[in-house]
Amino acid sequence: MTIPMTITEKILCAHSGRESVRPGEIVNARIDLIVAHEVTTPPAVNMLAKMGITRVFDPSCIVVTPDHFVPNKDIQTAELTRKLREWVKEQGIENYYELGDHGICHALVPERGHILPGQTAICGDSHTTTLGAFGAFATGVGSTDLAAALATGELWFKVPETMRFNVSGALPPGVYSKDLILYVISMIGVDGARYRAMEYHGSCIDSLSMEARMTICNMAVEAGGKSGIMEADQTTASYVRARTARDFTVYSSDEDAEYSSVFDVDASSLEPIVALPHLPSNGRFIGEVEPVAIDQAYIGSCTNARIEDLREAARIIKGRHVARGVRAIVVPATSAIWRQALKEGLFEIFSEAGCVVSTATCGACLGGHMGVLGRKERCISTTNRNFVGRMGHPEAEVYLASPATVAASAITGCITDPRIFLDHAPDLNAPAPRTEAAAMQKE
Amino acid sequence: MISGRAHVFSRAHINTDEIIPARYLTAHDEAELARHAMEDISKEFVSRVRPGDLIVAGEDFGCGSSREHAVWALRGAGVAAVIATTFARIFFRNALNNGFLAVECPGLAEETSDGDEMELDLEGGVVRNHTTGAIREFTPLTPFVNELLEAGGLLSYVARKREAQA
Ligand code: SF4
Repeated sequence: MTIPMTITEKILCAHSGRESVRPGEIVNARIDLIVAHEVTTPPAVNMLAKMGITRVFDPSCIVVTPDHFVPNKDIQTAELTRKLREWVKEQGIENYYELGDHGICHALVPERGHILPGQTAICGDSHTTTLGAFGAFATGVGSTDLAAALATGELWFKVPETMRFNVSGALPPGVYSKDLILYVISMIGVDGARYRAMEYHGSCIDSLSMEARMTICNMAVEAGGKSGIMEADQTTASYVRARTARDFTVYSSDEDAEYSSVFDVDASSLEPIVALPHLPSNGRFIGEVEPVAIDQAYIGSCTNARIEDLREAARIIKGRHVARGVRAIVVPATSAIWRQALKEGLFEIFSEAGCVVSTATCGACLGGHMGVLGRKERCISTTNRNFVGRMGHPEAEVYLASPATVAASAITGCITDPRIFLDHAPDLNAPAPRTEAAAMQKE
Repeated sequence: MISGRAHVFSRAHINTDEIIPARYLTAHDEAELARHAMEDISKEFVSRVRPGDLIVAGEDFGCGSSREHAVWALRGAGVAAVIATTFARIFFRNALNNGFLAVECPGLAEETSDGDEMELDLEGGVVRNHTTGAIREFTPLTPFVNELLEAGGLLSYVARKREAQA
C-alpha cells in the first residue's frame, strides 16, 4: 500500500525513482526542464568549465532567453548576453529565443509550450515558482545548482511540506488574482511559507485562466515558499495542447495527503490590495491606503504583464490621460504578448494616454533599466517585490498592486481604487480569448 | 573553529537586494561584488569587515532573489560564516552549495553587539561570545549538509560521487 502524498511529493517521488517520499527527506530528482537567462547562467557556465565539464547533460531539456537587461543596457550586460549566446551555440541548444522572439523567461516558457504538468523544472531565478501553475514542481535555484543540474540532469531537494489553500467564491469585479496572492502573503507573512510548497485548490482557482493562475504561483517566493502548485485541469490541458504535442502526466494530491497547514480563503470577500513599502506582505485593502501621490506607474514583469493584464489596464486607461507629472511605463512580458497587444490596439490606447511602451524586459522590476527610480520617488507597480532599493534608489518607495490599480493610479496621479473607473468600461478580456495560442505554431 | 568579530544585522527579512543590489549583478567576480556588499543597509560594512568575521542576523536572512551573488559578495568581503535565527530557502541552499557556512542559532542576534569577538565551534555545536561570555547551541547541521560542506560545495560533491561511481 502506498502512503498518501501531495502532488509535490508525487512528482518528486516519480523523479527520484522511489516508492514514496516524506517531507524533510533529501532526494536526488531528475530535472525535466532547465531554464536559463543571462544573469545567473554565465557564472554556472564558468563553474562547469572549471570542473572540466564540456557538455551539458541534455541540450533538449534547456530553454534559454536573455531577459533581465535586454536590449543590452551597457557593456557589462552586453558581455553577459554574449557569453550566453556563445554557450548556446557551443552546446547546440535549440530552444534559444533571441531578441524579437524573447521574453521574461517565466512568461516565455509556458507560452512556448515548454512546461508540462508533472514535470520538474528549475531556473537560476526565484520566480520559477510561476510554472507550478501547470501542476509541475518548479523552483528557483542558484548558479551552483544550475551548474550541477546542467552537468548531471539531476539535483538534490529536501521534500517540502505542503500548505493547502482552499480558495472558494468568485473574485469581485476590479479584484484579480494579484489581489488574491497579495492577500495570502499579507495573511501568512514573507516567510509564512518558508521551505514549503503552496498548493491551491477551490472553485475560485478552477475558474481562473492560466495567466491569472501564473500570477499566484509566481509570488510563492514572496511568502518564502519553495514552490506554488495547482492541479492541472481542463484549462491547463487546453493551454498546453495548443502549444505542444508532447505527452504529460497529471498528478493530484491524495485526499488523505498530509498538509502542514490548511487555509480557507473566500475570494468574494476580497477588495483590491496594495502592498506598502518595503515588504510584499504589507498588503492593505485599498480603502485603508492613503491616496499618496506617485511619480511612476509601472506595468510589467513576470507577475503581471501578460495579455490579460494589459487588457485590464487598457480598459481603464482608454480615453483618459495619465496625470501630469506621472511617468507611466508599460512593458509586455514577452515578444508574442507585445505583438498581440499591438494587434489589439492596446498600444494606441496606452500611447494616446501618455504611457510609454517598451519591448519585453525585466527592466525596472529589478532596478535594471527602463524606469529606474530616483531618490524619494514613489512608484506603484505590478511587479512582485518592493524591497528597499529594488527598483532603484534605496530611498525610493514601491507599492505593489494589480494592473488595474496601477492603471487607475496612473490616471489620477495617486493610489486609486480601480473600481471607480470600471463601472462603464467595456471588458477587453470578455470576448473569446484572442491570445496568440492558436496562431502560434508548435515548437 | 571559526573566530572573528560580529557584524550584527538583527532586523528580520534582510533580502538579497540588500546584500548585493541588483545594479551590481553585471559582475560575478567575488572581489568586485564584495565592494558593494550590504551597501544599501550599511555603508560602513565594507570598510569595517575583516577576513574571518561573522555576520549575526535575525529571521529569514537572504530572502528574495535567487542570486548566488549574495553569497559570493559576503565571502568575497571576507565573511567566514553567517549565523542567523533562520535563513530564506535559496540563500541557505546557495551557501551550502558553495561550501559557505550558514548556521541557524535563534536568539543570538538579540544578545550580540557589533564588534563582539565570536567563536563558532562546529564540532562542539556552540557559538561563544568572548566579549560577553555567552554560549549558545546552534541548530545541528544535517548529515547531508555536513557532507556538502566537507566536500567544499555541491560541485565537488557531485564530482566525488561521479568518481566513486566510475
Ligand atoms: S520580471 Fe522581475 S521578478 Fe520577474 S524574473 Fe524579471 S527581474 Fe525577476
